[in-house]
Amino acid sequence: MDVIEVSGLRKTYRGHDAVRGIDLNVPRGEVFALLGPNGAGKTTTVEILEGHRRRSGGEARVLGEDPGTAGRVWRARIGVVLQDADDAADLTVTEMVRHVAGFYPDPRPVAEVIDLVGLTEKSKARIRTLSGGQRRRVDVALGIVGRPELLFLDEPTTGFDPAARRQFWDLIRALAAEGTTILLTTHYLEEAEALADRLAVLSGGLIVAEGTPATLGGRGAAGARVSWRHGGVQHTEQVTDPTELIRKLVAEDADLTTLTVTRPTLEDTYLTLIGDHR
Amino acid sequence: MTAAVLPGTAHNGLARGRVELLQFIRDRTAVIFTFAFPAMLLLLFGTIFGDSYEDTGVSVSQVYTASMIAYGILSTAFITMGSGLAMDREDGTLKRLHGTPITSTAYLMGKLILVFVLSIAEVTMLLLVGVLVYDMPLPDASHWVVFGWLFLLSVIACTLCGIAVSALVKRARTAGAILNVPLVALQFISGVFIHPITQLPSWLITVASLFPVKWMSQGFRYVFLPDSMKVYEAAGQWELGRIALVLGAWCVIGLVLCLVTFRWTEKDR
Ligand SMILES: Nc1ncnc2c1ncn2[C@@H]1O[C@H](COP(=O)(O)OP(=O)(O)OP(=O)(O)O)[C@@H](O)[C@H]1O
Ligand SMILES: [Mg+2]
Repeated sequence: MDVIEVSGLRKTYRGHDAVRGIDLNVPRGEVFALLGPNGAGKTTTVEILEGHRRRSGGEARVLGEDPGTAGRVWRARIGVVLQDADDAADLTVTEMVRHVAGFYPDPRPVAEVIDLVGLTEKSKARIRTLSGGQRRRVDVALGIVGRPELLFLDEPTTGFDPAARRQFWDLIRALAAEGTTILLTTHYLEEAEALADRLAVLSGGLIVAEGTPATLGGRGAAGARVSWRHGGVQHTEQVTDPTELIRKLVAEDADLTTLTVTRPTLEDTYLTLIGDHR
Repeated sequence: MTAAVLPGTAHNGLARGRVELLQFIRDRTAVIFTFAFPAMLLLLFGTIFGDSYEDTGVSVSQVYTASMIAYGILSTAFITMGSGLAMDREDGTLKRLHGTPITSTAYLMGKLILVFVLSIAEVTMLLLVGVLVYDMPLPDASHWVVFGWLFLLSVIACTLCGIAVSALVKRARTAGAILNVPLVALQFISGVFIHPITQLPSWLITVASLFPVKWMSQGFRYVFLPDSMKVYEAAGQWELGRIALVLGAWCVIGLVLCLVTFRWTEKDR
């Protein structure tokens, strides 16, 4: 039994079909990323699985239960980082983390969580006074303080500076190593590539591609583009396997300081996929 | 996985109460407005209508002090609860909590603790004004017993109604406007601002009698005024039994409305 099992999931808002029948399975311990343009239905999907929104159709099982009716024991096993929140502005970071920790049977130590998200220096600051990225890190801290088996992260790194984002990636990898299952949405393709075991691209409420970061949308078979300069002339060749070509170039004594081998980035693949389905 | 025990609702409710209070006192404008407003009204009314009721030796300001306690509780409990809930829905507090194992009862318990503490502070403040500025004598023990249950029932009824009415509030920005409509209307017809209530047309008194505010202000007048003042009440009596009955009924109605209307998130989610 997978941690998340979804089939034919649909959600309609007053006549608008936001999610139009998606199937999704996330086994235990996997980091799964949902990508897709604004309004694709990522938040809708994730919040249905968190039990925040009611589905209009289809089946959903999360940790073996229907998220629409699951109780507090179930909620103690999940961790939620919502796309946006501005609650608890008048509490300090420590006060809020300690408060939420108190709802769980076996929470992580408060100071440890604050340290994990890099907010130790700001632990006594009122949440109101934090910067956008720092505010976001509080949300992440609150999402992980209960030692969830399954963690939902809806665009968790919005507003993070590059260093904070790397630190967050390390945190997610550490959680995954402990066996936490993670469902993540993000607009940062390099983030999906760095973290996800598998990912799906959502567009217009449908999954248009699913795979690993290396194989998504035929990326694995897309081959490589090899470029080099020789005798003052720029050469470019598109090949499936660059080994043969490079061997030949070495034999020809070409100027290899200018050699580049590029594969389509995840972003290229993603943009192609989205373009096709617009 | 060892099945560690989930913290109980009472424990979480107390934690919520603490956090609610902390957030309240850190928001200085809220503190000043909640407390200063009824006290200011009392000082104004006391100054404008400075005479006394014939033969009784009771000044109008003393009557206002007693009635204003009902208003203080109403505004504190009803408004704090109604707008607080709308705020919590809007800023994501409720959604955040709903993603954790806390129960809605624990959340509401926290709100109730906030309202009780605020109401006690409010009443203390009004009594201070009454005693220090208007020489209102404090009553004997038997009256304090009535004060006890009256205060309890009043706070609970107003709080529960506040929760129920907050379901009608779509945006926190409009909460004040919406919640003040029943509040202000009831004050005028319930003998809080206009006393004796018998000046009102009898059908209006009948309408007021359906709601808790009339009974609250009547009850607090019983507690703090001499027995001779009962002739100014609608029935010429204090009607303690009926007060308890009506307020008790409103607690039940409020609870039912509350259970029916309370939602963690907006309706069409
Ligand atoms: N509460 C709601 N009521 C009505 N329509 C909604 C509601 N929530 C979302 N929608 C609509 O459903 C669609 C999907 O929204 P959703 O928030 O799931 O997108 P998303 O993929 O998370 O986008 P983003 O990347 O911008 O966060 C959008 O067209 C949006 O307008
Ligand atoms: Mg979203």
